[in-house]
Amino acid sequence: MSNIIDLTLVDLVENIKKKNLSSKEITKAYVERAEKSKKLNTYITEDFNNALKKADNFDNNPDFDKKLPGIPIAVKDLFCTQNLRTTAGSKILENFIPTYESTVTDNIWNEGAILLGKLNCDEFAMGSSNETSFFGNVQSPVAENLVPGGSSGGSASALAAKLTPTTIGTDTGGSIRQPASFTGIVGLKPTYGSCSRYGIVAFASSLDQAGPMTHDVKDCALMFSIISSYDNKDSTSINFKREDYLKKLNKSIKGKKIGIPKEYRVEGMPKEIEDLWQKGINIAKESGAEIIDVSLPNTNYALPTYYIVAPAEASSNLARYDGVKYGFRSKGKNLIDMYEKTRSEGFGNEVKRRIMIGTYVLSSGYYDAYYLKAQKVRRLIKNDFDEVYKKVDAILTPSTPSSAFKIGEKTNNPVSMYLNDIFTVPINLAGLPAISIPAGHDQKGYPLGLQIIGKTFDEQNILNIAYSLEEEINFKNKINDWWI
Amino acid sequence: MSKKQSDYIITRNQNSYEVVIGLEVHAQVLSDSKLFSSSPTKFGAEPNTQVSLVDAAFPGMLPVINEFCIKQAVKTGVGLNAKINKRSIFDRKNYFYADLPQGYQISQYKDPIVGEGSVVLDLVAGEKTIGIERLHLEQDAGKSIHDIDPQNTLVDLNRSGVALMEIVSKPDLRSPDEVNAYIKKLRSIMRYLGTCDGNMQEGSLRADVNVSVRKKGEKKFGTRCEIKNVNSIKFMQMAIEYEANRQVDVIEEGGSIDQETRLFDTKKNETRSMRSKEDAHDYRYFPDPDLLPLEISDDFINNIKKSIPELPDEKKKRFIEKFNLSAYEANILISDIETSKYFEEVIKSSDVKLSTNWITGELFALLNDKNLEISKSPISAKNLSKLINLIKDGTISGKIAKSVFEIMATGDKNPIDIVKEKGLKQQSDPKELEKLIDKVINGNPDKVKEYKSGKEKLFGFFVGQAMKASGGKANPQLINDILKNKLK
Repeated sequence: MSNIIDLTLVDLVENIKKKNLSSKEITKAYVERAEKSKKLNTYITEDFNNALKKADNFDNNPDFDKKLPGIPIAVKDLFCTQNLRTTAGSKILENFIPTYESTVTDNIWNEGAILLGKLNCDEFAMGSSNETSFFGNVQSPVAENLVPGGSSGGSASALAAKLTPTTIGTDTGGSIRQPASFTGIVGLKPTYGSCSRYGIVAFASSLDQAGPMTHDVKDCALMFSIISSYDNKDSTSINFKREDYLKKLNKSIKGKKIGIPKEYRVEGMPKEIEDLWQKGINIAKESGAEIIDVSLPNTNYALPTYYIVAPAEASSNLARYDGVKYGFRSKGKNLIDMYEKTRSEGFGNEVKRRIMIGTYVLSSGYYDAYYLKAQKVRRLIKNDFDEVYKKVDAILTPSTPSSAFKIGEKTNNPVSMYLNDIFTVPINLAGLPAISIPAGHDQKGYPLGLQIIGKTFDEQNILNIAYSLEEEINFKNKINDWWI
Repeated sequence: MSKKQSDYIITRNQNSYEVVIGLEVHAQVLSDSKLFSSSPTKFGAEPNTQVSLVDAAFPGMLPVINEFCIKQAVKTGVGLNAKINKRSIFDRKNYFYADLPQGYQISQYKDPIVGEGSVVLDLVAGEKTIGIERLHLEQDAGKSIHDIDPQNTLVDLNRSGVALMEIVSKPDLRSPDEVNAYIKKLRSIMRYLGTCDGNMQEGSLRADVNVSVRKKGEKKFGTRCEIKNVNSIKFMQMAIEYEANRQVDVIEEGGSIDQETRLFDTKKNETRSMRSKEDAHDYRYFPDPDLLPLEISDDFINNIKKSIPELPDEKKKRFIEKFNLSAYEANILISDIETSKYFEEVIKSSDVKLSTNWITGELFALLNDKNLEISKSPISAKNLSKLINLIKDGTISGKIAKSVFEIMATGDKNPIDIVKEKGLKQQSDPKELEKLIDKVINGNPDKVKEYKSGKEKLFGFFVGQAMKASGGKANPQLINDILKNKLK
């Protein structure tokens, strides 16, 4: 048998069920590798001792009917975990220990999984390179001084470096798919309302969705089946019939109509991205899919729309971090002074920038010109997709307009940083599901991803298409353990 | 609104000013749990014992609407003859304060749950209809306590997230008396509906008062000032008096009114500027993305309409028509639901006229004296009804009844037992009374002489003597009749 850490999640589960491996052995393997991988800075909070104890407990009293029996998993530090520090990558929550558990993580533990620890991310999930974290930037296992993407950068890096067999992230404008693409892994942003937002530190409520990040599509289907649930604690959770996505997973791409949106052929897109896209199109065609050129005319407006809607919601969502009830508090002469000092010292620059943008676009006199207009454009973007989905079953695009960049390369140019999300943001605005799968490498050997966008609640379909493409693409991540 | 002119006019240097008032009433929804969490809402609990993670705005916590509060708001809307909006939206009103854990209040801004309606006031001059602009649901804030710790402000979040209905009137009110009548009517309607207990001492009902003045006959409204958070009718009236006169003074001195928010200082009886229009908060309202638009069905509304009890106006009409009460009497009996319940209980088995008199007379005096609500009356409706029946059937006189009533007030005793124990039964046997009267006549020969020679005033003397001789128990009508006969 190969190394534990080289196994997929589905294989690990099978090995545990067949008693080839114990939870303790598996947990130990990941803990040991994490101990050797501090250089990547993937963890904000490790919970290894507890994890090993829980693994022991599992082995002493195993329940093999669970879907994740004794499987250790590290999660993005945006999910509130009971009795374990949850920071959202921010100084303002540096010492915050929740007394409650997010629904999504609860679903995972209920299936027998064991928490390894909390993974680094951009502060309040605001960033595309994991450089805005108060706990320092994350190194990509792909190459030294390369960003893993963001905001779920710690999750992507930990998974690609095999410090956890799977993980979950959150995706507000591409925060799962972009880092997945940058590190050569699979990442799914589910339909809005599919996974409960209860207990997830909010960034932009109308866009935030949790989703799985995995080594392959099978693992993704398994994880998604577990984390998606109707939750009456989240008013935006939708009560629809959820499938056993793994059981129903198949490579049925034949006859599927796949749309290729011309607007995603953006100016200045590197040739290797163009080539990757063409490669995906060719494979789909050869596998029996019907390729149809489509148009999403309002795509151009998605990014500016996103950068009004998301900061507007964030500016309000982050108002609760005021030093009064929990989290960091700075001393002040009076209440206002305390607010100002607490928030000035507690938030990083990117968060402050977005709070200011958000406050501005909601201000009286600007609301109509910015926020209201953005909501209207958001509707148009959704309409574009609805129109296209009358003709196709799914849409295929690149996940990002470029491969991963160097740490520090874009920190002084927020707009060029924001442009990273140009292919992912429209999907959040429309509330649709989309999966990023690794599909190739650029000349430097950095991974590149393809994105398959589905109809609302049609995750099974895009998982199936991804499963089929994955086999044909046969991607191998080139990770040489440079940090060990 | 009706065209009835108000007689509340402020006059300065031969100029007459009319006062225009609009109210934003904040009424706490009668509900066991909060608007967006399951925390209890009981008044007077230990600080911070009725607070959930949602109320304290912990990271990742989300609001979930309490359906009962929606029903209560719709019910109130129906009671205000208002349009119920089948689609309404919860917005965030953003501002920072220590007792506002979320950093925003969830409220309804452009699309409230209830639209235009009306309330009819019974004024001395007649009826007047006051327009309702809207009713919306919102969260209450917590409480900042500044006077316990010398260094720090303490925060109690028990009230944080409790459901409020903000009921906005049109600027139809014209005097402090109308404001009094309006608040009382609103309170009465909500208590009938069971949607707000109307308890002003506990802060369940408070109001922001908008006041402006204009020269009599002027069509355009003057610039208004808003007096924030006044929590008693008396203070509202005092604040309006002060504020209206202040505005008139400013105008008469050649100045103009600045639109601003003011506070009423109850100790000094004056309003003071709190913040000007320029300093007004920019609340950055926007739809709360954690909550979907609130959609309610026709069935939902119709079921609520079916559950609406008889409201004050209908009850008044019924009392007048069915029981032949005067409008004045009906008003007194219907204004409070508990009073009307008491009344209806008494008249189930007693004479309406007598019941009305006894309730609005003796009982109200007693309650007033003891500072009690009618629901806490020491005399139950059942026993008062028995007492009234004893009067009606002649068992006791009205005068004796008053002393029986006094005994009843000490412990809700059955008046029949009291009459029996104390031997208070009226003497109605003509033969007995005749004996008694003979004694009085024989004992006062000179008075009889005087009476017969024309001093008819003395008749009362004989009645009094006869009553006295009976220990007050004699049937006064019989005494009258017999005396008249004997003194002929």
